[in-house]
Amino acid sequence: MTDDPLHAAHAAAEGAARRSYGRLVAILSARTRDIAASEDALADAFARALERWPVDGVPAQPEAWLLQVARHRTLDAWRHSRVQDEAAQTLLLLADEVGDDPAFSETVPDERLRLFFVCAHPAIDAAARAPLMLQTVLGLDAARMAGAFLSAPATLGQRLVRAKARVRAAGIPFEFPRAPDLPQRLQDVLDGIYAAYGTGWDDVDGADASQRGLTAEAIELGRILCGLMPAEAEPLGLLALMLFCESRAAARRSADGVYVPLDAQDIARWNRPLRDQAEQALRQAAALGAFGPYQIEAAIQSAHCARRLGAQVPPDALVALYDGLLALRPNTGARVSRACAVAEARGPAAGLRELDAMPAAEIASYQPFWAARAHLLGRDGQAAEARLAYARAAGLSASPAVRAWLAAASERL
Amino acid sequence: MQYMLMFYQPQSEFDQRDEAAAQAYRAGWMDYVGAIRQAGVVQNGHGLHPPLTGTTLRVRGDKRQVQDGPFADSKEQLGGYFVIDVPDLDAALEWAARAPCASTGGVEVRPVFTAPTM
Repeated sequence: MTDDPLHAAHAAAEGAARRSYGRLVAILSARTRDIAASEDALADAFARALERWPVDGVPAQPEAWLLQVARHRTLDAWRHSRVQDEAAQTLLLLADEVGDDPAFSETVPDERLRLFFVCAHPAIDAAARAPLMLQTVLGLDAARMAGAFLSAPATLGQRLVRAKARVRAAGIPFEFPRAPDLPQRLQDVLDGIYAAYGTGWDDVDGADASQRGLTAEAIELGRILCGLMPAEAEPLGLLALMLFCESRAAARRSADGVYVPLDAQDIARWNRPLRDQAEQALRQAAALGAFGPYQIEAAIQSAHCARRLGAQVPPDALVALYDGLLALRPNTGARVSRACAVAEARGPAAGLRELDAMPAAEIASYQPFWAARAHLLGRDGQAAEARLAYARAAGLSASPAVRAWLAAASERL
Repeated sequence: MQYMLMFYQPQSEFDQRDEAAAQAYRAGWMDYVGAIRQAGVVQNGHGLHPPLTGTTLRVRGDKRQVQDGPFADSKEQLGGYFVIDVPDLDAALEWAARAPCASTGGVEVRPVFTAPTM
């Protein structure tokens, strides 16, 4: 190792980027509110590290070194732009403060929680929140995320630039939300993380990890958030929900790539450690005594897993969970799932009545509705209608494996 | 916003084949066309006969050049198109991703010039 300082320097820089990118962006942006400038300054600092570290050796506190260099870059940029307003003065003061504090080089404080709340601020376009979090907290770039979010790279890039400009221009504070705002603001943060997870979940046909969307990154965001807010129940609920889904991810396709629905999955291919982590997160959340929608969704996943593992789960209990979820957060997906739970409890005709009560505009291009309707029509003996619904569901699916499965199910009628 | 979805398919998909895979592929297109029409977003669209039925014309100076076959000699050829009216590019990409040829060839999505309403 010692005879390869270049390699050691690169490894140290990569390690610092992985561990601390978001923390460094958060600290740099906290006073300036300029995320884009902070990212530029940090990129400069990393470039400088790759020049200096092979020559000077890797510093004892790489993050503190990077932070100091990035700060100086920011200050230089401010000086050159001659915008000597209040923010610049604050920054100068901050730089002095850091210079005077001998303890600062020992520790890099964790400001990422503020960054989460900024990224999911109501003033930011909802479609930009998840990618903004992934970019600022984990350092992912727009090109890497475009496929997962099914956005054009240029569109996503513009959306991120606009979001950062908005943080600066609108003066969105890098502060912890006030107590009355906290539940809604936290909900926005959780929704952003779950949106990132959902992009990966839908993209299952890309079986290898590099193609499989952003599920691992979303779970990482969830873990970070739980660490930063240990007294809040809903982040744990979200983490449990993502871990339950992830524990079944490998079983959703057979060895030869055929789609496998939950009820037919080989439970030997479920990931036991992930499921255990999910159950533990859900228990921890429940112990905090503040029920919320993500905990209910996790509980539903837990019930589905338990049923497949041989436990007796009363069908009406699932209907009750969906009722609870819909009371807190009405949405199309939960209504379709509730109809399926009703069908389990009271027969396919009852489930179909629930589906038929949904507004046409809401379900015109919503694939799970048509798949559920096809399944229930088939069970109800309405083969011709079921075939039409299977065709509609297949036409709305972006996955060749799911289309093949739907076609086969239609054939079997 | 109106977008044209242009469906590019590998040559093998234009060949008239009868094996099960080819039939399943055609059924996939029928499902897709049915779903996109029923969703009410389609302005217009057509499927095209295979590229070999095409004729390409160029005028160079005083000379007309007429050539059998498609304009570009590439592995994937235009097989059909839809013009759809959806809120934004993301929604257009969602419909593009559902096309059967998205996983075998590709779909190009382009905004359409629309005449200003008088």
